[in-house]
Amino acid sequence: MTRHLRFILIAFAVLSTAAAPEPIQRFPKPDFESGYERPIMQTPASRALTLEYLDVVVLIAALSLASYFVLKKRSRRYLFVLMLFSLIYFGFWRKGCVCSVGSVQNVVLAMFSNSYAIPLTVVAFFLLPLVFTLFFGRTFCAAVCPLGAAQDIFILKPKSLPGWLNETLSLIPYLYLGLSVLFAATGAGFLICRYDPFVGFFRFGASFDMILFGAFLLLLGTVVARPYCRFLCPYGVLLNWMSQLSRKHLSITPAECINCRLCEASCPFDAIKMPTAKSNEKKEQNTRRLALLLVLTPLVMALSGWAGSLLHVPLSRGHFTVALAEEIRLEDTGQRTERTDETDVFRATGKSTALLYEEARQIQRQFRTGGWLLGGFLGLIFCLKMIKLAIPSEQSLYEANRGTCLSCGRCLSYCPVGKEGVDVERIPQG
Amino acid sequence: MSLKTRRDFLKSGVNTAVALAMGGAAGFVVGKSGKGDLVWQLDPNICIQCENCATNCVLPESAVKCVHSYSMCGYCDLCSGYLEPGAKSRDTGAENQLCPTGAIKRTFIEDPYFEYEIDEKLCIGCGKCIKGCGAFGNGSLYLQVKHDRCVNCNECSIARSCPSNAFRRVPAETPYILRGEEADRYSAQI
Repeated sequence: MTRHLRFILIAFAVLSTAAAPEPIQRFPKPDFESGYERPIMQTPASRALTLEYLDVVVLIAALSLASYFVLKKRSRRYLFVLMLFSLIYFGFWRKGCVCSVGSVQNVVLAMFSNSYAIPLTVVAFFLLPLVFTLFFGRTFCAAVCPLGAAQDIFILKPKSLPGWLNETLSLIPYLYLGLSVLFAATGAGFLICRYDPFVGFFRFGASFDMILFGAFLLLLGTVVARPYCRFLCPYGVLLNWMSQLSRKHLSITPAECINCRLCEASCPFDAIKMPTAKSNEKKEQNTRRLALLLVLTPLVMALSGWAGSLLHVPLSRGHFTVALAEEIRLEDTGQRTERTDETDVFRATGKSTALLYEEARQIQRQFRTGGWLLGGFLGLIFCLKMIKLAIPSEQSLYEANRGTCLSCGRCLSYCPVGKEGVDVERIPQG
Repeated sequence: MSLKTRRDFLKSGVNTAVALAMGGAAGFVVGKSGKGDLVWQLDPNICIQCENCATNCVLPESAVKCVHSYSMCGYCDLCSGYLEPGAKSRDTGAENQLCPTGAIKRTFIEDPYFEYEIDEKLCIGCGKCIKGCGAFGNGSLYLQVKHDRCVNCNECSIARSCPSNAFRRVPAETPYILRGEEADRYSAQI
């Protein structure tokens, strides 16, 4: 009888712990006669808030210094030293988290979620580089971002990419940003952090995939300079926009450009706008092409928006609730016999499947709306790029491309023009 | 900034407009922000000891460790968190221990009580002992993210792989979700 009772007790205990392992006081607390004192559990505190504020102070100082070095000091050397400092401080010391690139997602989550109270420091990390870029250009990329710094020191033999490839690849960040915003807004997770290639190096530990991806980018970066910054970074999209509108910006020459062509090959990022030959195309032809593109833009947007909305089912599987609902459905319809930990937990909570399905459907609806917006956004970006290409550029001097220039300062030392005049010695003869 | 051309004037106008818009957006986000920082923690009452914590942390040594609530512990001789089910004898022999790394130290206190202490350096956060203690004991062993180890990733990679969704962001001033008297003492401190 006692054996049976014990079995029932154990069975009950096992079942109840599988459901919700609330602690059960099965054995009384002992009264010690030997004067034994119970030890106290150690609960070490998390990182002090003052240190978090210190990070923001360091960020402001680094951004100010970087802007000063680019615009006033015009020194690549100073920028390089500051870049190394940022790599050590924000990268290896702060372990790369939270970074401005990832903070986009926190801001989006805070906008769409009622329960997420975004820390002020994260807001600062998101906004400060944007504000500085709006005034001084992408000095954040030049010497403050640890991801940029990690790649910058690996630039060995940078090759210039063909224009068509450069323009095509630089569309990827828009897609990446769009997807990350969609995932953050629906609460499906933080894609930028998940696929961050370098944070593993900062922590001295990462999954094999991450190390592989990071090493690949660094290796590629020896010939294609800063591949993450130029062809992946989602925050770079925002910085690009801000930089195009910036009040001040790095200028290759301190005075008048004399078209000496010395800086031509100095930029590893293909971010110098070069003088263009006058087009001998008829003006009417150009106007007609531009008009056609303007008419096509809404159509392309609608089409790509529709395509985006079609993707809402596969995309929504990235959300925990939708993936769980899918598993439950497969099990309930007998298409899968093996149960997973996730479905076991769900069934143990006793929540109704109908409720779960309804939640999943609601998230899928959000993904459909998001898919429309994402598709439309990408269509718009594509059309704007085409329109920009269709407008004949009248470039007569060497100038930094404000959007894509990372203000790294490499070109500065190539310019023979000084504030006092031209250094004739440096201009090649013949 | 000297306004030489109409284009310059337009650009300066857009620049100001964007600055103002950013100010507005910042105001909106700051309105939704909290005072302090947030850190990751797992709720021991939702945790199912799937063992993902041991392997899915980005750190080479997981930041999740087993903690021991001494105030809840029964100090049992036959400890289901310490001993392998069907262990041949109740002693410190490695073959009798449930813990794969031998991280639990068993000390005799007085008849019939034994103290169990977690050696944090050895603990890998697999939760095997927790399963045993929760099933047949008082549930005084449970997992927690140790904040002297956790680097507080923006997206916790254990949280992402947690099948029971036991991880959540908690205020940095109260970074633990404790049980028993420890929980009371902890909330009294705050």
